[in-house]
Amino acid sequence: MSEVRKTRAEQAKEKKAAFGSDVDLLKYQLLSNHQSDPLELDPLTNEDRVKIIQSGIDLDGQDKAGTFFQTDHRIVHCSAKQPGLEVLPTAQALAEYPWLEELYWQAVPVDADKYTAQAELHFQNGYFIRALEGQRVTTPIQACLYMKHDNTAQNVHNIVIAEEGSELNIITGCATAPSLQSGIHIGISEFYVKRGAKLSFTMIHDWAEEVMVRPRSGIIVEEDGLFLSNYVSLRPVRSLQMYPTTRLIGSGAVARFHSILLAPPGCELDTGARVVLEASHTRAEIVSRTITTGGVIKARGHLVGLKPNVKAHLECHGLILADEGIIHAIPELEGHKSGVEMSHEAAVGKIAEEEIEYLMARGLTEEEATAAIVRGFLNVQIEGLPPELQAKVDEAIEESEKSML
Amino acid sequence: MLEINDLWVDINGKEVLKGVNLTIPAGETHILFGKNGSGKSSLLMTIMGFRRYKVRQGRISFKGVDITKLPIHERAKMGIGMAFQRPPSIRGVKTREVFNVCNIHSVSCDELADKFNFSGLLERELNVGFSGGEMKKSELLQLLLQDPDLVMLDEPESGVDLENLQVLGKAMNKLLEKYLWRTRAKSGLVISHLGFILNYIEADAGYVLLDGRIHCHGNPRELFKGIQRHGYQECVSCQR
Repeated sequence: MSEVRKTRAEQAKEKKAAFGSDVDLLKYQLLSNHQSDPLELDPLTNEDRVKIIQSGIDLDGQDKAGTFFQTDHRIVHCSAKQPGLEVLPTAQALAEYPWLEELYWQAVPVDADKYTAQAELHFQNGYFIRALEGQRVTTPIQACLYMKHDNTAQNVHNIVIAEEGSELNIITGCATAPSLQSGIHIGISEFYVKRGAKLSFTMIHDWAEEVMVRPRSGIIVEEDGLFLSNYVSLRPVRSLQMYPTTRLIGSGAVARFHSILLAPPGCELDTGARVVLEASHTRAEIVSRTITTGGVIKARGHLVGLKPNVKAHLECHGLILADEGIIHAIPELEGHKSGVEMSHEAAVGKIAEEEIEYLMARGLTEEEATAAIVRGFLNVQIEGLPPELQAKVDEAIEESEKSML
Repeated sequence: MLEINDLWVDINGKEVLKGVNLTIPAGETHILFGKNGSGKSSLLMTIMGFRRYKVRQGRISFKGVDITKLPIHERAKMGIGMAFQRPPSIRGVKTREVFNVCNIHSVSCDELADKFNFSGLLERELNVGFSGGEMKKSELLQLLLQDPDLVMLDEPESGVDLENLQVLGKAMNKLLEKYLWRTRAKSGLVISHLGFILNYIEADAGYVLLDGRIHCHGNPRELFKGIQRHGYQECVSCQR
């Protein structure tokens, strides 16, 4: 099976992605992946620590049910504190669980493009997180993928499984060392939400100005399963392109995506979410709030209703704070049966002058009024997200406000 | 308190105020009558300092200071407050946050909201999905917290049911300090289209504004009776 995969990956090595600017992968060095055990020593500097904390990760990990930490291609820390929870490096999980081969690359095609191909051909670990059947792991688990070596490629493959009736809440922080200027992060993430399970996934990105980011995610949600995704990228990055696909394959499955994006000058963000409602009585919601202060944003969304009695809504709201910035909202609705109920709402523009002036009439300066409105615009409360993770999202927004205005 | 001399204003090149003169002494409340589109709201927006309203000629003084060129927030800080006829809905900004901005004396917003049966709306986004009456109440409560010396109300009674009118009347009287046992220090400029407001607040003077000009002034109740009887056209010919 792995031979077939390798062949497919080889064939896709030159295949450009459907969206986003093309990246010359040969420009980036590939670090050796011969390391199986977690490192004993913590190689982080104080500056690294600051960056990691900013991406929502607690370094002591005391209040977390589990922690995974990878720097470049090396696993630094990996632990699970709660019974019924597994946190392992992906390579170890593949070695320990032969059944995992069946799932591996099922949610994301290995030959989707050159980035998935590179992740297969130059695999550099990643995390495997699993809640066993019926185990409700309400305390968040944290995962951090950190890039430290300049001009390198990080190719990780993550697998998250919420077994039947279980619950998982994960926060991942992806960041780069302050000294790193350029690099590429390729992250394959496969999520399997089994019958009646709940999985919330909060991701905060904090890259560097010349970093290219190409995550490739696939999510499969079974009957009565719930998948919540919360994505925040408020720091400069050269180019980020991702368009995860979720399949709702069982009746009553639900997926919700919320993303908050900021594009400073020189930044290109091409992101969105696609949900295919393959079973009746499934529901989906995609909400994005984007702000440009000079960068380019493509905010995509695609809902595909294949069965009757499905309900889905798509919302793309963009705020242009600088004339040089561009926001291109591309909402798509695709209904295949008469009983689908799908809607979208998209709005792009500047802050309404009357809103600013109204708040000024209450005593705020123009800058304070603008900040209050921007803060409100980004204030996306996610139903079902643990308060601790919502607090992390709020912190990230608050931190970025200073640079935004 | 407020003195306006020969005020000429336009919006996008269209004249909306044509030589308005108006003086409101401290402690007095004046009422502005007039047809739709006569320039009443434009006058209030200009006094508040909204940028769309370009002052071409004339002067606005408040507490003896020329405020014609001051930005909105500085006018607010000096003690000018306004309840809007159609306030904007601001997504993501909670009503409580705006109340906190207004709350210069640090009173309890919860107690105030409770008193005016508004508690359920404090955590809602400002004016998003509010009824007409709820918006008016929100506006008046914000002004109560702001406690301005010049209170400007733009049609505070429109879209409000009778039951709520009494509640709002109570708030307006509080704002304008219309109590017999106290010396009034607050001034008011109130726009009324339908005149209901006269049943709830004691006004000292009234004007009729037509086509950007003040045509009549006098006792507000008498003025309103005249308008009811003869319409606004009479005010054009009457040179009182």
